[in-house]
Amino acid sequence: MSSSDTPPSLYAAREPVFPRRVSGFFRSMKWVIMAVTLGIYYLTPWIRWDRGPELPDQAVLVDLAGRRFFFFWIEIWPQEFYFVAGLLIMAGLGLFLFTSALGRVWCGYACPQTVWTDLFILVERWVEGDRNARVRLWNAKWDFRKFRLRITKWTLWVLIALATGGAWVFYFTDAPSLFVALLNGTAHPVAYTTMAILTATTFAFGGVAREQICIYACPWPRIQAAMMDEDTITIGYREWRGEPRGKLKKGQETGEQGDCIDCMACVNVCPMGIDIRNGQQMECITCGLCIDACDDMMEKIGKPRGLIDYLALKDEAAERAGQAPTPILKHILRPRTILYTSLWSAIGAALVFALFIRPEINMTVAPVRNPTFIVQSDGTIRNVYDIRLQNKHGEARPFGLSVSNGSDLSIDVEGVDGTLVTVPADETYQVRVYVDAPATSDAAHAERTPFTFWITDLNNNDRAYKETIFNGREN
Amino acid sequence: MSKKTQDKHEVETTGHSWDGIEEYNNPLPRWWVWVFYATIVWGIWYTIAYPAWPMLKGATAGYLGFSTRADVAADIAAVEEQNAALTTELASIDLTTLADNAELHQFAINGGAAVFRANCSQCHGSGAAGAKGYPNLLDNDWLWGGSIEDIAFTVTHGIRNDQSGDARWVEMPAFGDILEEGEIDAVVNHVLSISGQEADATLAAAGETVFLDNCASCHGDAGEGNRDFGAPTLNDAIWLYGGDFDTLKETVTKARFGVMPAWSEEFRPGVGLTAAEINAVAAYVHQLGGGE
Repeated sequence: MSSSDTPPSLYAAREPVFPRRVSGFFRSMKWVIMAVTLGIYYLTPWIRWDRGPELPDQAVLVDLAGRRFFFFWIEIWPQEFYFVAGLLIMAGLGLFLFTSALGRVWCGYACPQTVWTDLFILVERWVEGDRNARVRLWNAKWDFRKFRLRITKWTLWVLIALATGGAWVFYFTDAPSLFVALLNGTAHPVAYTTMAILTATTFAFGGVAREQICIYACPWPRIQAAMMDEDTITIGYREWRGEPRGKLKKGQETGEQGDCIDCMACVNVCPMGIDIRNGQQMECITCGLCIDACDDMMEKIGKPRGLIDYLALKDEAAERAGQAPTPILKHILRPRTILYTSLWSAIGAALVFALFIRPEINMTVAPVRNPTFIVQSDGTIRNVYDIRLQNKHGEARPFGLSVSNGSDLSIDVEGVDGTLVTVPADETYQVRVYVDAPATSDAAHAERTPFTFWITDLNNNDRAYKETIFNGREN
Repeated sequence: MSKKTQDKHEVETTGHSWDGIEEYNNPLPRWWVWVFYATIVWGIWYTIAYPAWPMLKGATAGYLGFSTRADVAADIAAVEEQNAALTTELASIDLTTLADNAELHQFAINGGAAVFRANCSQCHGSGAAGAKGYPNLLDNDWLWGGSIEDIAFTVTHGIRNDQSGDARWVEMPAFGDILEEGEIDAVVNHVLSISGQEADATLAAAGETVFLDNCASCHGDAGEGNRDFGAPTLNDAIWLYGGDFDTLKETVTKARFGVMPAWSEEFRPGVGLTAAEINAVAAYVHQLGGGE
């Protein structure tokens, strides 16, 4: 066993990252995706959707108190939560598919952590200037200017964070009325608490922690290795072309020097603070900004673009050996991606199918087993059923109840004259139903007689049924 | 320069080496360590603020004074306060109008179900189907009346008890002391015949006279029963103790004496049911299917 005099520290301080401004194809794509995703997030709760007078008119609404999820024309009841589970499975498989085909495109472009961090860095740059100015400000003593810039930046961040937390609560109740209530202080404390927590986390994650979340808090970077292989198109550095790297000096160009001029442009623009030339690494979110930065530099020095590029590991090796790279389509179409795609499509198709065959009215029948039957004074045998009638329409509907078994069972509904039940809008309504078999009938004497309950929506003659059993006296 | 950048991401070792096996050092971020310390501080604060440390007599109370038992008590008190208006209204309502007030009616049924499970189910069964000697409350046959007011009166005062002076009380004599066994066999056959069961026609015919002389005053000429006396209907399909020959003979010979306690707190101080609870349980029983 050997020991050194000063053992290395087990804890490392965070090294601040100051990404430099960059422009190019991938940067533009990130701007567009940021605008679209933020737009969807902030604006969705304000879209209206008419569902009739008894139902909320918010297009996307998670009604926790009423246990309903509204999504445009779709309304999910708690027992239909499998739709949400299905969507989550699809989201997972989609993530697998994109990761195995294109690496961490989710992380680089669409992950909320990336989008909000990007937005926070943009604000930071507006207020404090580009990379060099920010590094200087970081190292500068606390004077009035630093204080003013920091306060301005933090204020803007807090406003963004507040809007983020604010938008979140709008998904859970009527957005316009909640907005007014939030302003005049009459909103529910839960709304304020949720906003406060999300404001704090947005500020901390997007403004302060940033890449630390991706590296230390997020499980995905650790899992992604299982999704990626040498065919996955990811960010790579053409080492065979770039090395040996060296500063470009006028008149000293030799054939031995590679294309990399060690300008550090790729490192300076990296929001994760890594050097892509060390190869793929866990921190890399494959956002492509280093490609933009390097391409820009290559053009300036008159070298071909693509020293850093989206490429498969297999191609890097092939190019090094002087062979032609595999066509992109061949990389993407491979058993793994085809399997993910077919699973994803199968679940999607099943969900759409389930959505279309889903009835607007439904019922559940629970025979009362305590007791299994009742003898009336005239010898009539009575069975009791708890029936739950589901009306998914945005208005109260009259439901007609009936039984069919070809026998002489008759029905009576507790608390109602006749067999017509008015079920309130968008509700499950429980009724107790008595089914009587005359003393001399077969059903009264048989051990068990199957029969069917029917409900008919008298407004449009939609029907639903449930099969159940009538218990006789067994003699 | 280039050497340095490349080396920057080489993983250091801790310097430890066992038989040539070295240990990598991937340092934890310092802020994470501080978060860890913060959770320790939080944990200590938590054990001071909330009940935590076991002592000889119970645990430390915690300076926030939190108690799940107190929480439950507060929740119950809050519910009772919330329901106070309904409870007051239910206690004094004219029961015949209860069904017109949908909210109060539902409140009564739900509350009545709980009262029934706690107080009535021991004899009448959790499904109210009764048992031998304990009436089935689901059918359409009532000894003392099946209107909601009749039910409430029965619950309040009970049957054949010494608690309430108003308890329903009519007693069937033991006819074993009055009639000859042959007469009893005959009258039992008559009862079998009027209730639509198989009977010895000769005995039944003889029994009709015995019935009219001894039973009809309470049970009616045709055995239709009489609610004023709590006398069961005999010409139907429902039997409290059983409708077969042996059971009927036992009933006629020895008579029956079913007792139900008076449930009102008036007669059971401290443990009885309040007026609102009696009305609630009456409403519950009334809507089980047999209510009149």
